[in-house]
Amino acid sequence: MLKAADLDAIRAIITRAKRWDLFFSMLGILSLMVGVLTFTVLFVDMAIQGVPRLSYEFFTSFPSRRAENAGILSAWVGTILVMLVTALSAVPLGVAAGVYLEEYAPKNWVTDIIEINISNLAGIPSIVYGLLALGLFVYYFGFGQSILSAGLTLALLILPVIIVATRESIRAIPQSIHEGSYACGATTWQTVSDHILPYSSAGILTGVIIGMARAIGETAPIITIGALTFIAFLPTAPFAGDPPAGLFDWILAPFTVMPIQMFNWTSRPEAAFTVNAAAAGFVLVFMTLAMNGLAIYLRYQLRKNIKW
Amino acid sequence: MTASASHPSQPLPLGSGISDRLSKKASRHVKERIIEGLLFSAAAFSVFVTIAIVYVLVKESWVFFETVPLSDFLFDTQWTPLFDDAHYGIMVLLSGTLTSSAVALLVAIPLGTIIAIYLSEFAGFKVREIAKPFLELLGGVPTIVYGYFALTFLTPILQTIYPDLPGFNLLSAGLVMGIMIIPYVASLSEDAMRAVPMSLREGSYAMGATRLQTALWVVTPAATSGIASAYILGISRAVGETMILAVAAGMQPNLTFNPTEPGATITSYIVQVALGDLPHGSIGYQTIFAAGLTLLLMTLFFNLLGYWLRKRFREVY
Amino acid sequence: MEAGVEGTLLKAEVRDLDFFYGAFHALKRVSMPIYDHKVTALIGPSGCGKSTLLRCFNRMHDLYPGNRYAGGGIVLHPDDTNLLAPGVDPIEVRMRISMVFQKPNPFPKSIYENVAYSLRVRGMTNKSELDDRVESALKGAALWGEVSNRLKELGANLSGGQQQRLCIARALASDPEIILFDEPTSALDPIATASIEELITELKEKVTILIVTHNMQQAARISDFTGYMYLGEMVEFGVTDQVFIKPQKKATEDYITGRFG
Repeated sequence: MLKAADLDAIRAIITRAKRWDLFFSMLGILSLMVGVLTFTVLFVDMAIQGVPRLSYEFFTSFPSRRAENAGILSAWVGTILVMLVTALSAVPLGVAAGVYLEEYAPKNWVTDIIEINISNLAGIPSIVYGLLALGLFVYYFGFGQSILSAGLTLALLILPVIIVATRESIRAIPQSIHEGSYACGATTWQTVSDHILPYSSAGILTGVIIGMARAIGETAPIITIGALTFIAFLPTAPFAGDPPAGLFDWILAPFTVMPIQMFNWTSRPEAAFTVNAAAAGFVLVFMTLAMNGLAIYLRYQLRKNIKW
Repeated sequence: MTASASHPSQPLPLGSGISDRLSKKASRHVKERIIEGLLFSAAAFSVFVTIAIVYVLVKESWVFFETVPLSDFLFDTQWTPLFDDAHYGIMVLLSGTLTSSAVALLVAIPLGTIIAIYLSEFAGFKVREIAKPFLELLGGVPTIVYGYFALTFLTPILQTIYPDLPGFNLLSAGLVMGIMIIPYVASLSEDAMRAVPMSLREGSYAMGATRLQTALWVVTPAATSGIASAYILGISRAVGETMILAVAAGMQPNLTFNPTEPGATITSYIVQVALGDLPHGSIGYQTIFAAGLTLLLMTLFFNLLGYWLRKRFREVY
Repeated sequence: MEAGVEGTLLKAEVRDLDFFYGAFHALKRVSMPIYDHKVTALIGPSGCGKSTLLRCFNRMHDLYPGNRYAGGGIVLHPDDTNLLAPGVDPIEVRMRISMVFQKPNPFPKSIYENVAYSLRVRGMTNKSELDDRVESALKGAALWGEVSNRLKELGANLSGGQQQRLCIARALASDPEIILFDEPTSALDPIATASIEELITELKEKVTILIVTHNMQQAARISDFTGYMYLGEMVEFGVTDQVFIKPQKKATEDYITGRFG
């Protein structure tokens, strides 16, 4: 039988243990606050510096030697074109690889190697992809320092993200759906194209957006392939100029992108360029936040509306 | 999915042939095989990417090492590849990489672990639902922006505390890099902790343990391998991070382990050379591939270590 | 409760207990006595609320949001305190009322550390004291002979039955007043089950036992008192022999004779 003295001892121990609980809770909240605070300070500081600089002219001007005339026209156009190449090459490839690994791959050493390899690729620093592209796309294939080289580089970089996202969304589909389809006499491809892909498309889209958001902000591999930092012209539009440009001439044009423009301005000593850097950074963060936010929202909706 | 089941032998007389309607359609079969082949090539493509990376880096480094002996590369204490009196001591760049990574990990590992434990074991559903996406956003900010933040915001603040701190320094870059890595460490560690089955927690609580006791004595040990691979991912992020260092740490090679000095890392050196105008095929051009190969080997080592840890210490619940 | 209770002391009493999982009314005005140094069994079809009732005793429900004790209580004697009162610390309750789960859940630690855990939680650090208490708990759980020379091995290396006895030793180490068993043999083979049952009957010398079981033979074999629950209500409670041989209620009889439905 428990004596009163023992009970008091137990209560003293619990009180002490709970004090540690409370201490840790506070430590946890504090640590979270470090992250929240840093992000807030970063965003607000950049907004204070950069937002006054955001004007119509800032978006429609080329970079300039004079900070107050400089703008991000070539940068945002370049970013969009590069992203287009990236999406067009990475999405089909990544989704196809994900589908193969989930629906077709037999359990053997080839599959093992592919799987280990993909997780390994995800861990390779982005600048190494830049070196690969420099050796392969720029010189070996002769694409030069072009939109095509940059787009393909970023495509390789986000390929693992898309493959993993595809596999996870496919895995979320219950086995019964597969069996239902096969029981109707469907072939593997019919099962994939009629059921698996449509049902997992929202999840795949989420992964694609996250991958693209990462690609938009990547600077190092693009610098490595030798993207120029001062581009005061746009790639020629299809059929424009004289003689008329071809449909895909822009793809081999030199270019710059948002993060490179920001890097360029950040490394200038003059304060006026720092303001430009802040403005470009604000636009860049806004773009990535919007994309990540969209992905998070999509995933939230998806989880809420799950039907099986 | 493609496996076919064997059918029990039937006492009925076997048909002499297969009826037309049940026979495999050759055309359908061929189409399926072609599609499977295409999908397989997409998956196998990733292997070619790896091979291409290794090939390009080794090929260019090979030329480099024909000029520069490996011993110089490993043991020389100067890195001046672009001077007339060229030295190629990778140690100089490694010291920058290690110093900045150490600073970053001193921030990211404790904070990331505390956040993971807090979110997994202490925080309510609501807090977790808000905090996790927020951490994801934090991890999604482009690193060039973090670099800008380190250079224009953190360094001036640090300078009010240490007036001698130079405008470019490894400390400021490392600290911001640490904050950038927190989400990776926190989110992967939290996943590992949440994978610990509830029955273990209940066992601990049923003995009268508090939340902290359960978290530190039962959940964390049970999730060790997952947490370790989160740390390893953090390390390889730190080692491979480029832009924060290129912007905020200066790019002058400096053999130092003192974070208050400026320094170049393997990654920021590559950026510096790429920004310049080195002719293709020159020895300066090849140095970046040798540096890149060093970086690849380091991250490969960490990746394999993480893979091995997961295999070796896979939790058996 | 007119069951024969001469010579037995009351250890705890459930009084008019109501419990909700969110909006689901899981326990409806449940009342029952728990007698000191006796084995009390709770039987009933799955979903009847027997595990829910068991988990009220050590406030396990407090771990999850949405659970609500909505009236009545569990009075622990001789303190005469309501375990479910808001002012009562669930941690203190769990230190005094231990639990063994359906599936053995040893911690990923050594055999020794598994048993020492409930002592460490109480701040015990003295090595020789820990050694003594671990040894006597393992002896109490009839496991000492099998593991005395492998205390440093992982608990997960033991067989299922041994793991469950390890969990019993863990529950026993801190000298609890009551041990709760939540279908402790449902994951075990018949031989391991027999050894656990034997152990439970021995344990009542030291501690009061409340056991949930879906196995009526088991309840008949090892318990002194039995409560039959259905749809969150206590249909019948009494001395085990009486409940099984001469049930007072038709519903109990139907369940026990397998005519349930």
